Amino acid sequence: MIGLEHFLVLSAVIFVIGLYGALTKTNIISILMCIELMFNGVLIAMVALSRWVAPARLAATDEAARLALTGQVFAIFIIAVAAAEVALGLGIIMAIYRARGTVNITRINLMKR
Amino acid sequence: MPLTNQPLFAQLVFWGLAFVGVIAALLVIHLRDLFRAVLALTLFFLTIAGLLVLLHAEFLAAAQVLIYAGAIAILIVFAVMLTRDVETGNPSHRFQVPVAILAALMLAAITWVVYKAEWRLVGDENLSPQAEEALKGVFSDTPGYLAQNLLNDYALPFEVVSVVLLAAIIGAIVLIRER
Repeated sequence: MIGLEHFLVLSAVIFVIGLYGALTKTNIISILMCIELMFNGVLIAMVALSRWVAPARLAATDEAARLALTGQVFAIFIIAVAAAEVALGLGIIMAIYRARGTVNITRINLMKR
Repeated sequence: MPLTNQPLFAQLVFWGLAFVGVIAALLVIHLRDLFRAVLALTLFFLTIAGLLVLLHAEFLAAAQVLIYAGAIAILIVFAVMLTRDVETGNPSHRFQVPVAILAALMLAAITWVVYKAEWRLVGDENLSPQAEEALKGVFSDTPGYLAQNLLNDYALPFEVVSVVLLAAIIGAIVLIRER
């Protein structure tokens, strides 16, 4: 039977893959894609928790039980913030590319000199 | 009884989607060609949408397909094309081994916490029968109850998120505009 643990471990695996990529890649667009992987790992964890973990004081009416969907509400906020992050991040990438002609983070070292 | 509640079907779908999703995620960080990496990322987003359906989050699955697999993937394709580093563009730098160790440690820590924690799970007889029944009602129609949540208890965060999106759009336009 597939349960909470399966989904949480899967989300951890996805998050860790994204973390590894975000810390080792040198192309900014790759880093942005890996951050998206991490976002999706968290998204799965949120929805899985809202599916299986019982709220502390669960009332017996449908009206109150809808609070069990809190995790999904926060997942929607995660998706919205991720969309905003991608739009802004790609804007910043284009601005950097226009100014310096590269998207390689090892060559974007203005603050080092 | 919906198909996603049947144990064997749910197991098959979960393991299939989890396998494809993890492979796609690994491809995203291993493919040298950035454009193919974006395609792998799109496949990954679609498998996540399937997993969301398995979790009774139908609205989120639709939003995942529309926003991630649709809008975000296309935005990233545009960025890849415009920066013209397509073929050579996905190298790693020299900190791979320490980062891999860090990532493995983090995975081990999360897994340990997941299996150690005492979850109060639905269906473990710590809920009254009426509460179980109400929960079942909620999970048979999640989009409707999700809308009720968003427009009652979470109306203010909902509006704030739309302001955040508006600010991001304006900021992106200001950043990219030709001077």
